[in-house]
Amino acid sequence: MKYLVCISKVPDTTTKIEFTDNNSKFNESNVQWIINPTDEWYALVRAIELKEANGGTVTVINVGGAENDQVIRKALAIGADNAVRVNADPSDAYFVASQIAAHAKAEGYDLIFTGKETINYNGFVVGGMLAELLDMPYISLAAKLTANGDTYEVTREIEGGEEVLEVSGACVISCQKGMAEQRIPNMRGIMSARTKPLTVVEASAEAPLTEVVSYTSPPARSDVKLVDADNVEELVKLLHEEAKVI
Amino acid sequence: MEATLAKEAKQNIKGGAFLIESSDAASVYTPEQQNEEQKMFQQMAREFVQKEVHPHVIRIDKGDHDLVVDLLNKAGELGILGASLPEEYGGMGVNFNTDSYLSEEIGQSNSFGVAVAAHTGIGTLPILYYGTEEQKQKYLPGLATGQLKAAYCLTEPGSGSDALAAKTKATLSEDGSHYVIEGQKMWITNSGFADIFIVFAQVDGDKFTGFIVPAESENISLGAEEDKLGIKGSSTRQVFFQGVKVPAENLLGEIGKGHKIAFNVLNIGRYKLCAMVTGGSKAVTTNAIKYANEREQFKTAIANFGAIQHKLANMGIRTWISESATYRTSGLINDRIEDLKETGMSGWEAKLVAAEDYAVECAILKVLGSEVLDYCVDENVQVHGGNGFSEEYPAARAFRDARINRIFEGTNEINRLLAVGMLLRKAMKNELDLFTPAKAIQKELTSVPSFGQNGTIGFLASEMKAVETAKKAILLVAGAAAQKFMKDIDKEQEIMMFAADMLIEVFAAESGILRAQRIAADQGEEAAALYADIAKVYLNETLENVHSNGKEAVMAFAEGDEMKFMLMGLKRFTKAEPFNTVAARRRIAKKLVDNNEYCL
Repeated sequence: MKYLVCISKVPDTTTKIEFTDNNSKFNESNVQWIINPTDEWYALVRAIELKEANGGTVTVINVGGAENDQVIRKALAIGADNAVRVNADPSDAYFVASQIAAHAKAEGYDLIFTGKETINYNGFVVGGMLAELLDMPYISLAAKLTANGDTYEVTREIEGGEEVLEVSGACVISCQKGMAEQRIPNMRGIMSARTKPLTVVEASAEAPLTEVVSYTSPPARSDVKLVDADNVEELVKLLHEEAKVI
Repeated sequence: MEATLAKEAKQNIKGGAFLIESSDAASVYTPEQQNEEQKMFQQMAREFVQKEVHPHVIRIDKGDHDLVVDLLNKAGELGILGASLPEEYGGMGVNFNTDSYLSEEIGQSNSFGVAVAAHTGIGTLPILYYGTEEQKQKYLPGLATGQLKAAYCLTEPGSGSDALAAKTKATLSEDGSHYVIEGQKMWITNSGFADIFIVFAQVDGDKFTGFIVPAESENISLGAEEDKLGIKGSSTRQVFFQGVKVPAENLLGEIGKGHKIAFNVLNIGRYKLCAMVTGGSKAVTTNAIKYANEREQFKTAIANFGAIQHKLANMGIRTWISESATYRTSGLINDRIEDLKETGMSGWEAKLVAAEDYAVECAILKVLGSEVLDYCVDENVQVHGGNGFSEEYPAARAFRDARINRIFEGTNEINRLLAVGMLLRKAMKNELDLFTPAKAIQKELTSVPSFGQNGTIGFLASEMKAVETAKKAILLVAGAAAQKFMKDIDKEQEIMMFAADMLIEVFAAESGILRAQRIAADQGEEAAALYADIAKVYLNETLENVHSNGKEAVMAFAEGDEMKFMLMGLKRFTKAEPFNTVAARRRIAKKLVDNNEYCL
């Protein structure tokens, strides 16, 4: 079986978010980068588990510049067999999906995994677009996946319960909590990551469909107003007129 | 040709020689030179500590040793326990510098870090260094993965610092097949769950010798868990050997050479302790910064007050200095190991020799690192105010846990005496010429003093000159004391301690300046500006301390004109350029507070 895991590079969750270029670009200086958590913890680890149980290879793919190699090596350290980096700026979801689709078409994968969403831009459409471009079924928000040959039973979380689906043949799955447990790469894995193949390919000529105009940070929280415990009227008035919650 | 030149250019300073020679910033190792793989190893250890250990700190502290065993197994699976062991014995074979980064992270795991250190250091290294090939094959792979857990039994109720006075006996059976061990050991870390004990006992009454004793041997019993001040999650018990039969092949090293095992593993142990406590200092400083940013009084975060900023800056400064000294030494030992390996020496043997070469620095680091951590945990409690005194906050636990570091691996007093004692012995054996420069200093003092810092152009050049001059103060005091007391200098412990403090301060200050200079050379002076602040503030304190320690020492053994002459010399050799340390500390604190963590 050939498994493909799409990984995205995102800032560490403790990063201070600032913007430059008239609020149209994220300030990347001094940022600690990590693999998008749901891509790493759920998509990648589940693919590795399937490979460990049934054999096969796990390839990770990322769209980005050479500075992304550091997070790609971590995926290799965790247990992916090889990696592909499409050497281009991941300008929007369609562009990223089309680049991955071009590679996946040529290589022919049995299962393609993504995380359920990215923690930087809350992106979650690459998986769906990819499925469309590859003419494959797409199952989003998968919390469990068991394989029986090339038939998969996939459990999705839905409002108030679970939904169990069955799918046969190649498909794209977006993964969330429950799918697998985070794996800390061991030292042997880190050492072997150095020698695992990381292929860099140039981007195919697709143009992004969207363009970021600007970002806005959430407004700073206003000061807390303390209301005297006896003054219920004042509290009701503030909740009604200022907070507008009642 | 280029390679030869580069190799020749990197002539590292010998152990202890920093006192009489200057170092070049271009050859000093700093954490800024960490490579990508080392970064990944460190990140791995950090994730392990943050995700597997930190959530259970309270359970561990309450004595859940099963959990400690589980976590040791996990650390073994990740490769942490066998990181520095050779690959042929199931280890990862990483180099000395890489191991330092791992130690730093494990040092942030309170009691659990002590279990790891005891297992990988004093528990495992005696077998690696002194075991026979069979012993290594038998035990090291299990120790590397954590399948076997080790404890080290040296201390006894009547012999702590005076380890060789141990009373535990080992008697060879008549047929020569086994030894019978009788005795009592105490403060044995990991004793509650260890599979093997490294035990020191006297053979034939006075031949101090090491043994590998399986914990499952008959007639071994354990005392109750000690009720300790800190590191409560570490298993610490007495171990009683009441006629324990140990096969003769479990003898470790040679009969009567146990002291070599006991002392040599301590060189590495002292170094590693410093790497670990430096990690601890970073964690504690971060804890203080976060609290200061969150806690509001007088309608503002207390991090906005100068008094608090002063504390946060000092914690950051000392931690950064301790880190600089640690990695400087790590680099020296690492290079020395590689050089020795090139001569055909095995990796582990090279490590043993290299650590012995830099034994003075290892002793200095042990004192420096543990006292920086103690400073940080104390100020962290203070920053927390009343909350620092409550077990609800981690500050109290850190305060208690840190304290042991000044006691184990040789008390800080023993290490101070060792640092100076070893230097003097090197001088007496002509391995290090301290006497020629000491005489030159006496002569210099009778000549007209040079004013100002002439010939000091360059980044932190005048500060480096001040360090070089402060070294003269040490040579002046130690040289005169050695001349006066000759061999009996060992009995003048107070003077030895003053000299040790001067030595430690100067080594630390120099390490900071070298690192800042290296950053300036590699990344530009602007990037190094804050580090220059750190180096200058620390140097300012160093010069004051070198002066006051030197003065007390001189007043203890010199009189009349000789005393006046030396006090004048001390003053001249510790002159500090005026520097606004308050403004510098504010700049350092701002960086820490803005980042909401230790980020230097």
